[in-house]
Amino acid sequence: MLEITDLVHSYGSHRVLDGVSIRAAEGELVCVVGPSGCGKSTLLRSVAGLIRPTGGRVLIGGQPVDRIPDNLAVVFQDYSRSLYPWMTAANNVALPLRRRGLDRRRRREAATAALDQVGLADAADKYPWEMSGGMQQRVSIARALAYRPSLLLMDEPFGSVDAQTREDLEDLVLRVCAHHGMTTLLITHDIDESVYVGDRVVVLTRSPARVAADLPVGLGDSRDQIATRQLDAFVRLRAEVGRLVRGGSSTSTVLEKH
Amino acid sequence: MNVIRAVGRLWLVPVTLVVWEVATRAAEQPFFPPPSATLARMGEMWLSGPPAHLLLTEQAMDDFGPSLARLFAGWALAAVLGVAAGIAIGCSPRLSGYLDPLIHLGRAVPPPLLVPFFLALLKLSTPAQLTTIVFGIIWPILLNTIDGTRTVDRQHLETARIFGFSTAQRLTRVIVPAAMPKIFAGLRLALSLALILLIIAEILAGSGGLGYRLLTAQRTYLYTDMWGCLVVLGLLGYLLNSAFLLMERRVLAWHRNARQTT
Ligand SMILES: Nc1ncnc2c1ncn2[C@@H]1O[C@H](COP(=O)(O)OP(=O)(O)O)[C@@H](O)[C@H]1O
Ligand SMILES: [Mg+2]
Repeated sequence: MLEITDLVHSYGSHRVLDGVSIRAAEGELVCVVGPSGCGKSTLLRSVAGLIRPTGGRVLIGGQPVDRIPDNLAVVFQDYSRSLYPWMTAANNVALPLRRRGLDRRRRREAATAALDQVGLADAADKYPWEMSGGMQQRVSIARALAYRPSLLLMDEPFGSVDAQTREDLEDLVLRVCAHHGMTTLLITHDIDESVYVGDRVVVLTRSPARVAADLPVGLGDSRDQIATRQLDAFVRLRAEVGRLVRGGSSTSTVLEKH
Repeated sequence: MNVIRAVGRLWLVPVTLVVWEVATRAAEQPFFPPPSATLARMGEMWLSGPPAHLLLTEQAMDDFGPSLARLFAGWALAAVLGVAAGIAIGCSPRLSGYLDPLIHLGRAVPPPLLVPFFLALLKLSTPAQLTTIVFGIIWPILLNTIDGTRTVDRQHLETARIFGFSTAQRLTRVIVPAAMPKIFAGLRLALSLALILLIIAEILAGSGGLGYRLLTAQRTYLYTDMWGCLVVLGLLGYLLNSAFLLMERRVLAWHRNARQTT
């Protein structure tokens, strides 16, 4: 579904991505984790067609990304700047749906349904500034859902909310992505989160970014904020990803021998 | 509480009036009539008409009617032209490259100097007056609109690109609302400038209206009339500004609230 091959990007002479290759199968949720400033947002912006990478190739559903694809949605980190403050939640969600050829009533219905899915059925007529950060990020997610993309990109979507809200949002994303069978690329600097949310975790090295490891998570389909995080497999994988993010080499072969 | 605070702020008005009254009565200068005489004269000139006309006299109609019509026509014209041109220039770096020097040149020309020129060019006095007003007040609208259009949050624009907004959607749903606070600041400044330019235009190219009344009163040594005109102009400016703020508060409610919470 998504094929990123040998992606290279430099800002001027400053190389940020140094040959990154990532694949995501249909319906897969891939987490990309890496230290701050390593080039994760640059990667996402190249996939979204917002910037033209210096080199390499991105295919979505077999199509090369030469401009912004129409089957893709993005949830940005900074919720306070991602929704339009002059519109209600429902209008923020409904606005992109014009492109889908829905009339006003159908747009409104789709927006209400999407808000309902993220648990905000009552907030349809609220303005962003009347909502908490977590609620605004939910609206952002609802906007992406209503758009029915085949690929969902999220750039540190839970980076600016408190811990409890973060856990709620993680479970929400797991639920809706599975429900819609959406292929999802979720970018985070949080090791714990990448293992909890992902079907696979791709670890990037410090700048310039390369793929340090591509690890299947294999924790099954059901997750629980407390029980899952206590599983041996979870703890081991988290330690492994942590070592890799800090620049260590993979120890999985060593672990398997024991 | 609020009442006390309002009274606290307003006490200066009657005190000033009383001091002025006492001082002007003591000085007995014809050029400085006491405020009570000015007020009485204002009532006589403008508010002694039939109740069916809300007490407005014929002179009030003659003085205020054409002036207000010119003021609003000039302001509306400048708003439409300034906002439209400002959005076009703000969205197009090429256009702004060509026009920026012209804008700064045009802005530097004092509009009153152009009245004789506009008069010669347009003959009739009303178009010449309107042109003077528009030329004098369009700059803050234009510059603020350009600025507002250029400084739309990058993420707001990227969101529009990601979700494939049409050009019209991008303009009406993203760029214009985002620029609205700055556009409104420009419009408000332009409104107060419009009043000044209206009077200048009526004095220099006049055939009626408040500015013309002011001029004739001054020329015929009717100083109380002249002071009446000055007071009413001050009141008019204050009222226009208050009305505009009221409208702005409604239209830009999101902006005020968004700023308070972040
Ligand atoms: N538009 C840009 N122009 C120049 N340098 C940039 C730009 N965007 C990001 N960078 C630089 O590229 C590097 C990677 O940035 P980014 O992709 O945002 O990293 P991350 O999202 O992993 O924190 C950083 O050093 C950053 O300063
Ligand atoms: Mg980033």
